[in-house]
Amino acid sequence: MTGFVPTDRPPAAPARLVDDFTPALIDVGAHHLCPGCGEPVAMRSALEAIDELGLTRRAIAVFGIGCYTAFSNNLDVEVLQALHGRAPSVATGVKRARPDAIVFTVQGDGDMVSEGLQEVLHTAARGESVTCIMLNNGVFGETGGHMSAATVVGQRTKTSLEGRDPVLHGRPILLASLLAHVDGAAYVARGLVNSAGNVARTKKMLLRAFEAQERRAGFSFVEILTMCPTGWFIETEEAPVYLEDNLAAVHTPGVLKDEVDR
Amino acid sequence: MTDTAVPARRLLHGSEAIAEAMIAAGCRFFSGYPMTPFTEVLEHMARLLPSVGGTCMNAESELEAVGMAWGAAATGTPAATGSTGQGLSLMQESLAEITLARLPLVILDMARAQGDYYQATRGGGHGDYRHIVLAPADSAEAVTLIRLAFDLAERWRNPVLVMGDYYLAHTARSVTIPGPVDRAVPAWGLDGSSGGSGKAKLISFLGSAKQRDDVGYDLAAHYADCAAHTSTMSREVEPLAEVTGTADAEVVVVAFGTPARYVQAAVRELRSEGLAVGTVRPITLYPFPAEAVARAADGARAVAVYENNQGQMVDDVRLAVLGRAPVEFIGGLSLDSSGFGIAPDLDVRVLKERISRVAAS
Amino acid sequence: MTPSPTVRTRGTLVIDVDACKGCDLCIDSCPPGVLVMTEHETNTRGYRYPRLLAGCTGCQACSQICPDFVFQVYKYETPLELPGGPS
Repeated sequence: MTGFVPTDRPPAAPARLVDDFTPALIDVGAHHLCPGCGEPVAMRSALEAIDELGLTRRAIAVFGIGCYTAFSNNLDVEVLQALHGRAPSVATGVKRARPDAIVFTVQGDGDMVSEGLQEVLHTAARGESVTCIMLNNGVFGETGGHMSAATVVGQRTKTSLEGRDPVLHGRPILLASLLAHVDGAAYVARGLVNSAGNVARTKKMLLRAFEAQERRAGFSFVEILTMCPTGWFIETEEAPVYLEDNLAAVHTPGVLKDEVDR
Repeated sequence: MTDTAVPARRLLHGSEAIAEAMIAAGCRFFSGYPMTPFTEVLEHMARLLPSVGGTCMNAESELEAVGMAWGAAATGTPAATGSTGQGLSLMQESLAEITLARLPLVILDMARAQGDYYQATRGGGHGDYRHIVLAPADSAEAVTLIRLAFDLAERWRNPVLVMGDYYLAHTARSVTIPGPVDRAVPAWGLDGSSGGSGKAKLISFLGSAKQRDDVGYDLAAHYADCAAHTSTMSREVEPLAEVTGTADAEVVVVAFGTPARYVQAAVRELRSEGLAVGTVRPITLYPFPAEAVARAADGARAVAVYENNQGQMVDDVRLAVLGRAPVEFIGGLSLDSSGFGIAPDLDVRVLKERISRVAAS
Repeated sequence: MTPSPTVRTRGTLVIDVDACKGCDLCIDSCPPGVLVMTEHETNTRGYRYPRLLAGCTGCQACSQICPDFVFQVYKYETPLELPGGPS
């Protein structure tokens, strides 16, 4: 008990608040995502980016289906719910009908790389001025942790209990890498949220992606590797290192394409 | 063409008439994928929509076509999509959820034959929902029903399906396209502007309002709301049917769509030959004009149902007739080798013979 | 007798204890290592939660990594010298 400082109320000594509980656009912070889930961290970054760029009153989020779907209830931006894999075409319709809106999708890897691979590829090829955001934890989280098209070789899931085997299960699709080769894509980046520094770097990617949309440079895409200790069968505090060693080693972080100024 | 000018009659193929009618009805977003006999509608919309500030998307799949129409509809833009039955099969999950998201959408089924009746009226998708279904018998009626479809979709925030076919698409006929109608953007439409207000809009098939606590979506409440809405819609949308000569009819023939014109021609000839035959042509397939069919069956010796399929609408006729008279199916699959629904049986002599057989038995 | 050591403390936190799900991510993300999870005490939902020692720098690493938005981060106008600190 000794040595702990009180944290149940703001400090008495003069101090300024540098980070509030939730950013402005998350008006309900409570959610039922698992302990240690990286998805709220990633979504927080996206919403902070929207807020910082002054795009709040122009933003329309199109959600896919996954754990993050429930989080759409927590946001104070307009939300359109789409089906598993189908957010890119819905986002296309929104953007074509409302070209001044800032339209972005929130989808998991199961949603975007498995069910919806065609949709995101075509949307990128068409150079639609939308921003697709993929929360990649290498599993279908919402259904309980099953192999997706992004699951890495060796990763244990409920449908690859001995670890993903290239002979039985093939190899992962590295979606950001694929999209970097599509001409219609102006900005393609891969970030991760397993440390505060990486969160900050990922936020820069999101800012640049929304800038790409603002400037109608073409399709923009940010893949964000997120922790999923439940889907990975590990302890929550092991997830940041697991992400680094297993997912980030294959889905390598970085800016893969930046032609926003073209 | 100004609002005060009398619209001229023009000779148009059905596909073009439908496209022009959609634009006059206010459609400003259309998406589709080429498939016979729907393709020409897509061609005409691609040609016509940009000149009225609308968007036509040739999507890379039917799934993406319905997705795009969904997104546009959610902004409050009058939107439509379509295909033939097979293409609509691909769209079914989305069509079911668009209904649960309470969105207006006009869906064209340029069907091959008449085998899509179940798909349209029962809803080809999962779960429990209803679409209003309108079945024109020719392109002039299609023009009117297209306008009605957009009105009903807007009024009920529910998809409305217009059932066409190969004959409708490819037959040229003099039609009058009405003047344009203005539709105000509805308050629920998304444009981003309610962001940051504490009440940012949500359009979702999982719920209609964001939860203000950590419970998340309440599906039970949402589905109950949708069911109540469906019930009201099903009661209040006026069922439509064209009824001829049933007051003294001994045999009543029920048929829908373009084949119904052939049935009506056969019945006119039988009448002039002394047979007391009447017809009921359902125009709304959902809500089905059960009362009109029941009244026509009162006093008739038999009800015959013609449709170009293995027997689908006949189920609804049987339910409506409810034992007042025997119901006989005189339809059946009639296709040429193309499979597009060009029916060798659509021949007045064939139909007269089948109806006479029912009258004689 | 040596005086008790003090620790330069530039920032502090308000911790929403009941929002915490005990994931421990903040513990490892804290550069000065001043966050410690409780061992036996739990919040109303049964999760252990973090407590703060002297020496916080107000760097926001914890608030940025926390999936449950448990932290408010404050920076003192003038750094305080507080007793104790990480062991």
